[in-house]
Amino acid sequence: MTHYLLSVHSVEGEAREPMTDEEMAQSYKQLGVLEQEMKSVSAWVVSGRLHEPDTATVVRMADGAVVTTDGPFVESKEHLGGFYIIQAEDLDGALGWASRVTETIKVPIEVRPFVGFEA
Amino acid sequence: MLDGDEIGRIFREESGRSLAALIGVFGDIDLAEDAVQEAFAVALRKWPRDGLPPNPGGWITTTARNHAIDRLRRETRGRELLSEVAVLSPDSDDPGKPPEVGAVPDDRLRLIFTCCHPALSTEAQMALTLRLLGGLSTRQVARSFLVTEATMARRLVRAKHKIKAAKIPYRVPEAHELPDRLRPVLAVVYLVYNAGLSGPAESGLCAEAIRLARILGTLMPDEPEVAGLLALLLLTESRRSSRTRPDGSLVPLGEQDRTHWDRALIQEGQAILRQCVRRNQPGPNQLQAAINAVHADAATVEETDWQQIVALYDQLLGVTPTPVVALNRAIAIGELQGPAAALPLVEKLDLDNYYAFHATRADLLRRLGRHREAAAAYQRAAAMAPTEAEREFLRMGGRTSR
Repeated sequence: MTHYLLSVHSVEGEAREPMTDEEMAQSYKQLGVLEQEMKSVSAWVVSGRLHEPDTATVVRMADGAVVTTDGPFVESKEHLGGFYIIQAEDLDGALGWASRVTETIKVPIEVRPFVGFEA
Repeated sequence: MLDGDEIGRIFREESGRSLAALIGVFGDIDLAEDAVQEAFAVALRKWPRDGLPPNPGGWITTTARNHAIDRLRRETRGRELLSEVAVLSPDSDDPGKPPEVGAVPDDRLRLIFTCCHPALSTEAQMALTLRLLGGLSTRQVARSFLVTEATMARRLVRAKHKIKAAKIPYRVPEAHELPDRLRPVLAVVYLVYNAGLSGPAESGLCAEAIRLARILGTLMPDEPEVAGLLALLLLTESRRSSRTRPDGSLVPLGEQDRTHWDRALIQEGQAILRQCVRRNQPGPNQLQAAINAVHADAATVEETDWQQIVALYDQLLGVTPTPVVALNRAIAIGELQGPAAALPLVEKLDLDNYYAFHATRADLLRRLGRHREAAAAYQRAAAMAPTEAEREFLRMGGRTSR
C-alpha cells in the first residue's frame, strides 16, 4: 500500500458559483458519505479542513533563534484548504478517490505520494 | 555474418517484449533496462562467435533475467525482493538453455498502458513508449525529437521516477476503463507518426509508429480503433514520399503525383479498414482512415468522391466535435459545393491561433477572387506555420513555386 496526500486547493477570492445553504448542506452530506466509504475500506488515514491562510503563523530559525512571524509561509493566491491522507494499492486507486472528492466539492485536488510512509 | 549493427537491430525488435516481461517479474523499470542492456553486451560478445540462438527474443529475456537475479543477490534489499518474486526455477541459471519465458501472455500490453498513463505528460508518454516499447536508445529518442541526449535522459528519468514513486500501475485497465485509457495510447502512436513527418531527420519515427501500431494490433485484436489507427497510418504513409519535394517544400494533396503513392501500403490499409468497420463501432481513427481510403481510391484529384468525404466528416464531427474537424469538413464542402459555400463555415470557427485556419481561409478567398483579403490571410498563416516548408508554401500564396 502506498500513502497519498490529496490536497484540496482553493484560490483566494476566485469567483465560484455561490452555493445556497441547501447546496452547502448537500455537499457536506455527500462528503460525509464518501469519507465513511473511505473508512469502511480502510483507505482513509486522516483528513481535515483548514482555516483561511490569514490565520497562519510561521516559525523559523534566524541566527540560531526561533523567530515567530504572522502570516502564511508563501504569499500566494492559491492555498491549501484541506487535505486527505489515504492509502491505496496504486496511483489509479488514489486518483479514483481524488476524482470522487473533486466531483463533490468542485475544487481541484493534487495527488502526491508519500516517501516510504508505512503505517 | 552477425555484426554489431545486425545484433542491434535484433535487440531493437525484441527488447520491448523482454523488457516488459522483466518489469512484470521484478516490478522495476531501471533494473529491467540495465539487465537487458547487460544481455546486449553479452550478445555482442557471444553471437558473432556462436551464431544466433534459435529464439533470440527468449535468449535475451532469459539472459537479462539471470543478470537481474545476480544483481539482486548482491544487494540486501534485492534479496528481500527476490524472496517475493517467484522466478528462481532451478534450471534458470544457464542462459544457453531454451527459455521458458515467451509463451506467457504478452507483457507489452501492460507496459504500454503504464507508459501512456494520463498522470504522465504527453512528452513523457511519447519518450517512454519509444524507449521502453520501441527499444530505441535514449540517444535515438533524443535525436528524433531534436533535443540533446542529456535533456531526453532527464525527461526519461523524471518519468520513470514518477512511475515508481507514485506507483503508476503496471496492468491492463479493466473493460470499463479501457475506452478512456486507450485514447492516450492511440494518441501517442499517432503523435509519434506526426513527429516523423516534420523532416527527414525525424522520418524514422514514422516507421517506428507503424511498428508500434502493428504491435498494438496484435495485442488488442478486438479493438476496432486500434486497427483503425494502423489503417490510418498505412494510408498516410503511402503518400509520405509524395508530400514533399527534394527541397523539403510541401506538395498539396491535389497536386501530388498519384502514381508514386505506395499501392501495397494502400491495399494493406484498406484491407485492415474493411475488416474493422465490419464491427460497426465507428471511432475517430477508423473514420479518418476511411477518409484517406477515399482519397487513395481516386486516380486523379478530379475523381475524388467528395460527397463520400463530406459524409465521413459529418460522422467524424459527430464523434469528435472539434473546430479542427469542422475546418476539414468545410474544406471538403468547398470542393463539393465551391468556395462560397465553405467560407462562411470556416469564418465562424474559433481557430484564430491555428495557421491552417488562416491558410484555408486564404485559399477560399483567392478562389473567390478576393485577392487582397487572401494575401493578408496568407501572411497571417505564414507567420504561424510550424515548419519552414509550410511557411515557404504559404508565403508563395499557397501555390507551388514552379
